[in-house]
Amino acid sequence: MTDHLPILLLLLPLFGSLICVLLGRNNAAHSWVVAMISLGGSALLSLLMLIKVLGLKSGDFRYRMGGWPESSSYEVGIELRVDVLACLIVLAVMIVGFLNTIYSKTRVSAEVGEKGSFFYALIQLLIVGLCGIIMTNDAFNLYVLIEITSLTSYALIAMGNRRAALSSFNYVIMGTIGASFYLLGVGYLYIKTGTLNIDDIHNYLRSENLWASQSIVVAFILIMLGVWTKMAFFPLHGWLPNAYSYAPSMTGTFMAPLMTKVMVYVMIRVMLWLFGSDFVYSTESIWSELIIWMSVVAIVAGSFLALARNDIKKMLTYLIIAEVGYMVGGAWLGNLNGQAGAFYHILSDAAMTFCLFIAASIVIIRTGESRLNAFDDLFRKMPITMIGFTIGGLSMIGLPPTCGFFSKWYLIKGGVETGQWEFVVALLFSSLINAVIFFKIFERAYFGKIKGIKEEVTVQDRDTIPAGGIKSVPLSMLIPLCVGSLSILIIGIMNKNIFSWITKALEMVNG
Amino acid sequence: MDIIIASFIEEVIVPKFNYWIYVILMMIGLFAMITKNNLIKKLIGMAIFQTAIILLYVSVGVKSEANIPIISHHGHQEHVENAQDEKHSSKLEVSTDDKSDKSDHHAIDKDKFANPLPHVLMLTAIVVGVSTLGLALAISQKVHGSFGTLEEDEILDQLKPGGHD
Repeated sequence: MTDHLPILLLLLPLFGSLICVLLGRNNAAHSWVVAMISLGGSALLSLLMLIKVLGLKSGDFRYRMGGWPESSSYEVGIELRVDVLACLIVLAVMIVGFLNTIYSKTRVSAEVGEKGSFFYALIQLLIVGLCGIIMTNDAFNLYVLIEITSLTSYALIAMGNRRAALSSFNYVIMGTIGASFYLLGVGYLYIKTGTLNIDDIHNYLRSENLWASQSIVVAFILIMLGVWTKMAFFPLHGWLPNAYSYAPSMTGTFMAPLMTKVMVYVMIRVMLWLFGSDFVYSTESIWSELIIWMSVVAIVAGSFLALARNDIKKMLTYLIIAEVGYMVGGAWLGNLNGQAGAFYHILSDAAMTFCLFIAASIVIIRTGESRLNAFDDLFRKMPITMIGFTIGGLSMIGLPPTCGFFSKWYLIKGGVETGQWEFVVALLFSSLINAVIFFKIFERAYFGKIKGIKEEVTVQDRDTIPAGGIKSVPLSMLIPLCVGSLSILIIGIMNKNIFSWITKALEMVNG
Repeated sequence: MDIIIASFIEEVIVPKFNYWIYVILMMIGLFAMITKNNLIKKLIGMAIFQTAIILLYVSVGVKSEANIPIISHHGHQEHVENAQDEKHSSKLEVSTDDKSDKSDHHAIDKDKFANPLPHVLMLTAIVVGVSTLGLALAISQKVHGSFGTLEEDEILDQLKPGGHD
């Protein structure tokens, strides 16, 4: 039974989504129950999988799809490969998915109307795709799963208002370019090695010493460009802010914490498992230097752009872009602390982005304001929401004991060890900017509008306000927020355990 | 000059003809996706871009005088693997021989069969491409429904008063 865990936790939401489609229009309530059961079940299964993997000596296990026999040279069938890192991210995806389903309960009928059950079908399909991306051990399969997640997310975003459709269209164009670049890179690898299994490609590159080959370098660059486009790494981030802020609120709260982070995981996997650390961090190449500088630019630019925004959701989306810079930079530092810090940041960023997006969505829906002045005097009016928002904000700034502190700590430690001071400075700088952004909001929320300070009047972007305002915040929206903010603290307090699991798994691949 | 051009065509373009076409098609597609103002033209560019990649993979799978990879007698299907590159194929040959010894069958001449894998991969990629195109057309229809136009600049003009970015 436990051998089949990886496929079972994929099949549950897959069949859940089929059932939701069959339930058809105007059946959102039943679809909600189906989604709750399938995602809750999958979350339990992924927890079981984590426990199983932590007990394994080898650190990972494989699931052969379709029961293809093990071959002595090349893998013929498709494999799912699960280790601690994959388990942690799958668990994060499932928990966020489950909480987000609770959040969507009242929002779906208000924002997408009769298409409610299709929303649940798509979101479950998206979760299948994300978990598949995390677990698959086949480079081409990875492409197909990336496209599954992309297609579902285009549709989910386009369910919003007219701006959402337009930004979804831009996302289609950018996303297709990204995925096609990835596919091209895989094509070059296939020409050179004749296999698509990630471990086999890696072993072949190692045994034939193909790392100097031009085609492999081209393949690496193409794959990196593709993955960066998908994760909105700074100069390629154009699609993200509009797509996430104009999407229906329950789509934004799910996609903002997960999509970019899963792609960061794909990047780490391509770097360490597919190509190998010898190739990626080789001293002859200037890449790591160059890419760390690019991530510095991403961090600084993302923070500044966030500071300049007066629209709550837009501001948060630019913060995501800065956070992507953290993770890319950390992964390219080339030492264990950097990689583990980047990985730990995937988890903590998922928790805090989820928390912030839910809190911001509640505030925007409740007040009907999309600008920062929505927060005026909110500690008195909506204390629970504001406590959740505060924990998320403090974690973004990086105050202990929130997880944001520890991930930054490890990243900075990694930067100091390799002497990449520009990265350390950028991290601290972005912390300061985050402090400015969030304390500005806390101040408003606590003291209300401050007299004597002139406010610049900006046009309200009405399209970021989701349809269907509410008079009081229902419990179904507050529970995910509370669990999300608790998980920020839990990930922060458990940082030692999580970090030791991560380093153990990374040591294994770094050799 | 003519000789240089002729030799260039003969040595660089002719042997890699498919790959030249793939690069040119890809650039046409990318150009259309980035620069065109009309949303449908962008999608046409996207279709060309994806087709170019399909051309690359299919060109990789080409093998002259090879047959379709269906083996008439039993027990061999899973052992048939072909490779493009010489070094690599020798490696594979060893492994197939190992297996054939075990199963008491004579080895299959891999030169007679085309490699099915790139084609199968491209079947999947075609499906992905078609669904992306279908979805994108549906989205552009929604855009047309709410803005009344498919020209990007006209849409942005309509958005100007409310939208920053």
